[in-house]
Amino acid sequence: MSELPEIFRVWFFVAGIMALVGLNAAFSVWLERKVSGHIQRRIGPKEVGPYGIIQPIADGIKLMTKQLVVPAKADPLLYRLAPALTMITAVMVFVVIPFGPALVAVDLNIGLLLIFAISSVNVLALLMGGWGSNNKYAVISATRAVSQNIAYEVPMLITVVTMVMISGSMNLNTIVGQQQNLLQWYIFPWNGSILLPVSFLIFFVCAMAETNRAPFDLGEAESELVAGFHTEYGGMGFGLFFLGEYGHVFVGCALASILFLGGWQCPLGLLPGIHWMLLKTYLLVYVVMWIRWTYPRTTIYGLLNLSWKVMVPFSLAILVLTAAMLKVF
Amino acid sequence: MNSYFKEIYDGGKSLVVGLGITFRYMIQPVVTLQYPRQTVKMAPRYRGHIDLVFDAAAESGNKCIACGMCQRNCPSGCITIKSEKPEGAKKKVLTGYRLDFTKCSLCGLCVESCPTEALEFSKEYNLAGFKAEDYVFDLLKRCEERRR
Repeated sequence: MSELPEIFRVWFFVAGIMALVGLNAAFSVWLERKVSGHIQRRIGPKEVGPYGIIQPIADGIKLMTKQLVVPAKADPLLYRLAPALTMITAVMVFVVIPFGPALVAVDLNIGLLLIFAISSVNVLALLMGGWGSNNKYAVISATRAVSQNIAYEVPMLITVVTMVMISGSMNLNTIVGQQQNLLQWYIFPWNGSILLPVSFLIFFVCAMAETNRAPFDLGEAESELVAGFHTEYGGMGFGLFFLGEYGHVFVGCALASILFLGGWQCPLGLLPGIHWMLLKTYLLVYVVMWIRWTYPRTTIYGLLNLSWKVMVPFSLAILVLTAAMLKVF
Repeated sequence: MNSYFKEIYDGGKSLVVGLGITFRYMIQPVVTLQYPRQTVKMAPRYRGHIDLVFDAAAESGNKCIACGMCQRNCPSGCITIKSEKPEGAKKKVLTGYRLDFTKCSLCGLCVESCPTEALEFSKEYNLAGFKAEDYVFDLLKRCEERRR
């Protein structure tokens, strides 16, 4: 990559990231419908293309042909900006995610920090969408989403601090580089702190809650709030929220695989590359879907209790323990 | 303090059990029927519209003796029989059996009253059409078609 002029490299990565976000959303929707189908002992989509693989693209075309309607009393600027903002945050974090030894758009030293800085803006997009559409359900949903995101950002960041302490770097490529084979993955307790599996669990649950996925999808609780913050959205406005959600799920799972499962490294140390990264990430995406179709939605109290009473104390304990272990050994 | 950890442990265990159940369901074969491509085999006592029993032994292909019992018994009056007695023949011959299925209530009195058991319920349920005439069946013709 380095021998190309900078401008080509930028265009290459812009096109690649945009394609990845779009195709990831299409593939994730298809996977989600297939997984949910088989868990309910149905087949899922099967008519459009082989095994229904083109179904999400057909859905996307349908969404794009729909008229964009702005509700009469909505805030036109916030209403239009919200879906774009959620999409922007989803796309921007891809900039620092390493897909291969050299396949990273910007090899930033503070990549981890950048991801959390940008993805926390996503909650603002939900708030804007909920507030801007002037709908009581959307506002309730937006407030819920904000309280939920703040509650889960705390344990997630504490866990990430633990990981930064162990790896000694915020550069995602460096963190991946340290986990050269299965035994060196940071999910295993002998690599720095005996509670690393618990750290992984906390990180994964928080990532799921951050992306508003079931069983934490209180932001779009269909049975209570119609569709939550995107109640008033139709056509591609809704489509962008949808794309953004799957983009965030992908980023969350990619981060979990980078921090704990060795990113683009092979478990046996052979042939590292993008295929391992995608394999691990989509395995985690599958687990997210599996969880979604297993558990019913939690209550808002149960959700916040889980964060403040379980996740935060546990992650703090792990942080202190890890610091002590790093000092002693 | 003890109950706090016990709750977390029990809660986590129940979540894992739940995941196990859904995973088992996921790898089991699907139970749905892909309708237009696959169809259900109808139960033997399913009541579709009535049909003349095909009888290979009879010259006419059916067992009907054109007595008109079904037509008289039908509470909705949806059966119309035409018959004639050819020159020199001893028995009447069925020349037309018209069933107006739009009026039929599937009571089955025609099938019960038939002295020669010439009527049966068909197993047809894919009956969708655009006009009322689609549901006027010529049962004699259907019976003839089965001969071929």
